[in-house]
Amino acid sequence: MSTGTTKLDVVVSDVVPVNELVTRFHFRRRDGELLPTFSGGAHVVVEMRDGDRTRLNPYSLMGSPLDTREYTISIRRDDVGRGGSLFMHRSVRPGLEMVISYPVNLFSLDLRAKKHLMLAGGIGITPFMAQTAQLAGEGGNFELHYTCRTASLGTYADVLQQRYGRRVRLYHDDRGERIDLDRLLSSQPLGTHLYVCGPAGMIGWVRERAAALGWPPETVHFEHFAAPQPGLPFDVTLAISGKTIRVGEQQSLLEAIEAAGVDPPYLCRGGVCGQCETNVIASDGKFIHNDHWLSEEDHRSGCKIMPCVSRFEGKSLVLER
Amino acid sequence: MAAKSIISRPVYGTLSPQPGKHHLFIADAEGALAIADMAKTAPDRFFDGAEIVFIPGPDDKHVAALEALKPARFHQAPSFASLLPRLKQTLDNAHMGLRLYLAGTEGLIGQAMQVALDAGIDHTAIQTEHRGSLARRVQCVHCKGITENVTTQPATCSHCGLLLLVRDHYSRRLAAFQGVCINAEDRSEIPPIEEVFR
Ligand code: FES
Repeated sequence: MSTGTTKLDVVVSDVVPVNELVTRFHFRRRDGELLPTFSGGAHVVVEMRDGDRTRLNPYSLMGSPLDTREYTISIRRDDVGRGGSLFMHRSVRPGLEMVISYPVNLFSLDLRAKKHLMLAGGIGITPFMAQTAQLAGEGGNFELHYTCRTASLGTYADVLQQRYGRRVRLYHDDRGERIDLDRLLSSQPLGTHLYVCGPAGMIGWVRERAAALGWPPETVHFEHFAAPQPGLPFDVTLAISGKTIRVGEQQSLLEAIEAAGVDPPYLCRGGVCGQCETNVIASDGKFIHNDHWLSEEDHRSGCKIMPCVSRFEGKSLVLER
Repeated sequence: MAAKSIISRPVYGTLSPQPGKHHLFIADAEGALAIADMAKTAPDRFFDGAEIVFIPGPDDKHVAALEALKPARFHQAPSFASLLPRLKQTLDNAHMGLRLYLAGTEGLIGQAMQVALDAGIDHTAIQTEHRGSLARRVQCVHCKGITENVTTQPATCSHCGLLLLVRDHYSRRLAAFQGVCINAEDRSEIPPIEEVFR
């Protein structure tokens, strides 16, 4: 069993379309017990058995941490992705038995903060659904700024505004509304922590401005679910388990290793947590590092790889697994 | 530079210019020299957005060195206690983007950090540099009284008079080292008193 990924047997208790792109899924434990407690910002890894393929995708829990009778996640349909979201949208119905991981939190609130400033882009709103619910329950001081393409794609914007009123500010791209980020960041009281979840470009922009405006790195938290990038198929030899495997075009290296019956550690499957770090024993070719974990130097050295998001092009690759 | 011994013992660094819009320096005595040294590597116009609060030694040494940096604001105070209300107010009204730099004695760094933690600044986000005297601020664990500027080992509690072994155990909340009675069994036993925290 992999680190931090103990499994839960669940049944899909409800599937609710939210808007043209987003669907919400509800899970309950098959044995009727309560689910494990979690804190706002946590995610679970959902196992999708799609024919002979198994995909494991991480999704933020969006329900209130105060209610663990069920877990809820919201998934945006990605028509050009690797198929995980399409599988969920097309094939998952109430009553289906599924397996999910225990919750893991790589995006938790720093409860020492005097104030929590949250910035969400698009489907990046989901972890904030749980975080705001947690903070509201504790009388916490927060403010949420949410950018979406159009009002109809402002997933849960109505729910949030109804719950929290003026603590939620919306920005619609199609109306040319944009966060006045520098002003927002410069007017926060001392002791504020910043949380951002959304597209990579948005996270990069917010982190860069926060750093330039003097926010200490410890006060800036971010989460980005990077889906593994497809690429050319390649062969890998796993030295410890003595297997040679092929990584398909649409498959991640981590998924290929798992399909071969090896059980490597992982937590985020998005190249940020560091759990899946693997030593390279020998290689002849070019690495395509897509992770945010290893340093530039590590990338250049060719001695390490994060199999959850990174790929390889070339003659041969031997990993210590 | 104070030696590292146990985990709670604070470790200090070297001031370095941080990105940000407002820079608040709090220093005493030789701490001024840490600021002057840092200024050599600071970007142009860095001190345009800086405020320096300084507690000089008895002979007003180093004041000119700080004034020469032309900070946006310069303020002198006779003691930490006298600048406390002003410091609290500054931090209460401050916004994210303010960077804090503390330089000088451990007592100054510890007490200023205590106020900063209260204001919501994380201790890892504060720049510190130890300069000058190693004198300690010591809390007597028996009467809870705090004695400033302790330089000897053992030291006499200025409140209850017990003879204290000054430990390396440091409380960030109190900004003080812990002093424990050294001759509790037999008060007539007086170990040699040495000046060790000069
Ligand atoms: S699983 Fe987190 S970096 Fe690979």
